[in-house]
Amino acid sequence: MGLIQLGGHDKDGTPDVITLTVEKAVNWARKGSLWPMTFGLACCAIEMIAAVSSRYDMDRYGAGVFRASPRQSDLMIVAGTVCRRMAPVIRKIYDQMPEPKYVIAMGSCATSGNIYDSYSVVQGVDRFVPVDIYVPGCPPTPEALFDGILKLQERIMQKRVFLTQPKEVKAALKV
Amino acid sequence: MNQLAQRIEETFPGASTKVTEWRGDLAVTVKREALHDIGKFLRDDPAMRFDYIVHVSSVDWPDDEERFEVVYEVYSIRTRQRIRLKTRVPESDCIVDSLTDIWKGADFMEREVYDMMGIRFRNHPDLRRILMPDEYEEGYPLRKDFPLRGKGWRDTFEFLDEPAR
Repeated sequence: MGLIQLGGHDKDGTPDVITLTVEKAVNWARKGSLWPMTFGLACCAIEMIAAVSSRYDMDRYGAGVFRASPRQSDLMIVAGTVCRRMAPVIRKIYDQMPEPKYVIAMGSCATSGNIYDSYSVVQGVDRFVPVDIYVPGCPPTPEALFDGILKLQERIMQKRVFLTQPKEVKAALKV
Repeated sequence: MNQLAQRIEETFPGASTKVTEWRGDLAVTVKREALHDIGKFLRDDPAMRFDYIVHVSSVDWPDDEERFEVVYEVYSIRTRQRIRLKTRVPESDCIVDSLTDIWKGADFMEREVYDMMGIRFRNHPDLRRILMPDEYEEGYPLRKDFPLRGKGWRDTFEFLDEPAR
């Protein structure tokens, strides 16, 4: 990224043009408008709610527009203990989210099942959906969740947006 | 002896096998055959009027001859009394009379007992599993001989196209 002064109309000398790659621009826009989906399952959800509320204000990171529908969101925060009976529901909701989509496993339960090594608790949500960021804690503080979101934003900035498809795929698609 | 327990003993001679009272909590173990009649009496008798069912649960005593114990806790809002009714069932004949016709609130709680412990309830209007899915086939999770981690259900995800790692 760079700042250039073209100098035409701006008399005080401050730069007025930003140069950057299209990829970076797209990634920057994506990371600054994460729309999370509420998926509170247990006590972690209370910390997630606290993170969105006025004291912590998650909107500062561009991730405050919580949607109740997976079709309008691109970040799923799985907050809480995942029971096996809930697993197909989480998977369905994940499948309904439009690309690009990200998943944060919030708390020990969503990460690994925590102490609930029992017949009904899934030992980590990554058994059936891909997880981008794991946030440790029982429950994690709002600050810890922010750390996870900032890490996710770093990760989004590293993503490749425009990928050339391999020859085999091109041939199969006949493009 | 507690007045309530005495009343039950007088009305149903020989039906109660054990009476315990601890810190004001009265628990009466009754014979399985008498459970329904005693329940009806507790609700309808003017001195009792137990109109509110608090909880239905069950206990597994794996070493006992009559392995399972069904526990009903009822409360009288009018007379502010509380009583716990227990009854024992052997594993070979795991069935109790349902009390849903006396206290409607027993419906879901009896289903939970059926789901978790496998005790069936005679004349229950809708005896299906309530917490576990209908197609769950591993047995009854709260029985003492059920493995803590289940029998593989928590790690099988049939809705995934590819097998889980």
